[in-house]
Amino acid sequence: MSVVDRQKWDVVVVGAGGAGLRAAIEARERGARTAVICKSLFGKAHTVMAEGGIAAAMGNVNSGDNWQVHFRDTMRGGKFLNQWRMAELHAQEAPQRVWELETWGALFDRTKDGRISQRNFGGHEYPRLAHVGDRTGLELIRTLQQKIVALQQEDFAETGDYESRLKVFQECTVTRVLKDGDEVSGVFGYERESGRFFVLEAPAVVIATGGIGKSFKVTSNSWEYTGDGHALALLAGAPLLNMEFVQFHPTGMVWPPSVKGILVTESVRGDGGVLRNSEGKRFMFDYVPDVFKEKYAQSEEEADRWYDDPDHNRRPPELLPRDEVARAINAEVKAGRGSPHGGVFLDVSTRMPAEVVKRRLPSMYHQFKELADVDITAEPMEVGPTCHYVMGGIAVDSDSAAARGVPGLFAAGEVAGGMHGSNRLGGNSLSDLLVFGRRAGWHAADHALARTGARPHADDAQVDAAAAEALRPFSAEGEEPADGPPENPYTLHQELQQTMNDLVGIIRREHEMRQALEKLAELRARARRAGVEGHRQFNPGWHLALDLRNMLLVSECVARAALERTESRGGHTREDHAAMDRAWRNVNLLCSPTDPAGGFAAADAVRGQITLTRETTEPIRPDLLALFEKEELVKYLAEEELYE
Amino acid sequence: MSSYEARFRVWRGDVDGGGLEDFRVEVNDGEVVLDIIHRLQATQAPDLAVRWNCKAGKCGSCSAEINGHPRLLCMTRMSVFDREETITVTPLRAFPVIRDLVTDVGFNYTKARQVPAFVPPAGVGPGEYRMTQEDVDRSQEFRKCIECFLCQDTCHVVRDHEENKQAFAGPRFLMRVAELDMHPLDAAEESGLDRKRTAQDEHGLGYCNITKCCTEVCPEGIKITDNALIPLKERAVDRKYDPLVWLGNKIRRRS
Repeated sequence: MSVVDRQKWDVVVVGAGGAGLRAAIEARERGARTAVICKSLFGKAHTVMAEGGIAAAMGNVNSGDNWQVHFRDTMRGGKFLNQWRMAELHAQEAPQRVWELETWGALFDRTKDGRISQRNFGGHEYPRLAHVGDRTGLELIRTLQQKIVALQQEDFAETGDYESRLKVFQECTVTRVLKDGDEVSGVFGYERESGRFFVLEAPAVVIATGGIGKSFKVTSNSWEYTGDGHALALLAGAPLLNMEFVQFHPTGMVWPPSVKGILVTESVRGDGGVLRNSEGKRFMFDYVPDVFKEKYAQSEEEADRWYDDPDHNRRPPELLPRDEVARAINAEVKAGRGSPHGGVFLDVSTRMPAEVVKRRLPSMYHQFKELADVDITAEPMEVGPTCHYVMGGIAVDSDSAAARGVPGLFAAGEVAGGMHGSNRLGGNSLSDLLVFGRRAGWHAADHALARTGARPHADDAQVDAAAAEALRPFSAEGEEPADGPPENPYTLHQELQQTMNDLVGIIRREHEMRQALEKLAELRARARRAGVEGHRQFNPGWHLALDLRNMLLVSECVARAALERTESRGGHTREDHAAMDRAWRNVNLLCSPTDPAGGFAAADAVRGQITLTRETTEPIRPDLLALFEKEELVKYLAEEELYE
Repeated sequence: MSSYEARFRVWRGDVDGGGLEDFRVEVNDGEVVLDIIHRLQATQAPDLAVRWNCKAGKCGSCSAEINGHPRLLCMTRMSVFDREETITVTPLRAFPVIRDLVTDVGFNYTKARQVPAFVPPAGVGPGEYRMTQEDVDRSQEFRKCIECFLCQDTCHVVRDHEENKQAFAGPRFLMRVAELDMHPLDAAEESGLDRKRTAQDEHGLGYCNITKCCTEVCPEGIKITDNALIPLKERAVDRKYDPLVWLGNKIRRRS
């Protein structure tokens, strides 16, 4: 069976969103022959959905901004669980990463004096987000895509082949990271178009596959977000960090049902939109938590003055970090003060003239007009929480983006954990992609090019096993398995989404998470019998059957870690442990495979496939701690941490 | 909420051929055509091939032809059709079929590579770029493009003329040339590259006879013909050699 097409590259990047493309550009510019693999067409990655902007302390709009302020905001947003060195590097390097995009042709919205304009966003002290209307992600992906093409044009001029040093394998899915002993030796995947298998051998692999939202029913994420990279890393022996932290974006569309979950950008609030309940009340004033009391306005008058005079007024509570706003909306709906379709009202129509709405929020205007028959310049939107982002991810070294325990494996972007702690601030994702995408590409190239001797090899046995695993759904139906009838992968997926949504969603309870683990074990057993019709050529049923393995693995990580963490922090809210507990501040939860040999079919809910370990985080460096007031730190840090 | 059963006719097949297949399928309030295609996958045709991603009109993946019109499946609401109507969904006609609704759009990626990239101005470092909003407005309009390739599909220069594909970049990539040409800091000219000339000589601008079909199908509402192609024609050649520019101005004035 091992007549699989094999190619040799220096660096293989899995994923072609912002992080993957930035990594590929860096690796290629540092001299590594680089292959990029993506599930969709080149330029369609989920990054295009990002709307609001890229957070970078350039200080173009308010000169008070600098990396220290950005670092502080990021740590506050993440409730101090962030891998602080990542937050530091991120805040320091983000401006350079944004400016560099301009030299590749990006066109951001401008300030009066011709610089990059910056907008307000939740949790950011100053206007900080470089943006292009509300389609910033599209600008980012297009710019990186065009930079890749520019590099290919250089290579063409030199070698006569566009793809001699940088090639995009589009519409391909990776199902396994291959290894030689402990080391990475390449990847195994299939072409979606033809169903053919292939192996790319490389001593360095960068995982940049994004998130896990497709395991939840209501989500802003596309079909691609099936946790592939999380699962690939786990299966290769690299642990995942803090998977309990899942961000529910406060504002997704709630009506009509077919668009439920589609994102409504935070820019709506950043630019002046307000949240109201069915009684017309701006309820967010009732939901400012203690740790943020001094920083947010207490009255509507003060909040409204802030837009014009931010130096003498405090910001409106609509701009609290996302976890706070999502919980508040959830509570209002639960208390019976929701909108007709189970959300709350988000209004810009009474806040700014119609032309301003259309100019600043063009795609929101378009989206509501086309999909919901709502004219947002004339009436409020109905919005509610939607699963948006996973803060947890592959545990990485802050500086090099290297995954733990597997030499040659790197991770960047949403799939990497640590940077955002327990909750990500809006705008910090696009900057994260650029900062750590570059770092991952850089260190992957160094790792690959430093290997002058024999390179790690992907042996036939592994390749055959990967091929057999990928073909399994085709034989599931014919075999007549003794343990049950064939299963429809679409049905299994729907049940999984319902389970995660209902039992491990925005508000969590112990008995529900235990129930979820049992359901996941059942689904895991049934997924073994997921069968597909037809042949291997562009067969979505087959693709989904293979993605189920990843979604089930990652969902178990989320459920298991969420059950373990008996406190509420950021994107993890426990009804039965409602308060943030300082004792958990320096605790990371690591997920690793229970049976690294690959017995992942275990149907035992209690044992499952995932083992959790606790780890104490490295103490925050004193000069970084000194950026905060003592009174603030005592709210987050345990006593002994303060006096170290 | 009211449901009904719609009649769908979907092209199924591959490079060796195929045909329209009839389905009866449930439709609920507020749904778009892509929802119905997904319901067909989940209940009747699990291997029905279709591209999609964002389902919000932002990524440009789910392009197909609905009742013969190039559209995004995710932005076409079922409520625009009569309940009795049979809705026909076929793959983009200008590109070779791979399977069912999925076509080989490689033509577009080939053409993208042939447009020389942005040339950064010498002596202006990162962070030193200064441009006014007015000066970037026009190129920003073109950068709204989500690369759904509906304009490439509908453009009659290639839609029924495979032989023109070699010489003609299509509206999307002529617009890309215009975008770069109008970029306030692009230093192509200083580097010896005349974008206007290449539009004419290398990307087939002359084939465009400004029928505005591209503008009509653009889901982003970009005025491709008026704002990109006609100005590029005006910049590219002397008026007297291109009667279409004259005609274009007439048409524009009329609308």
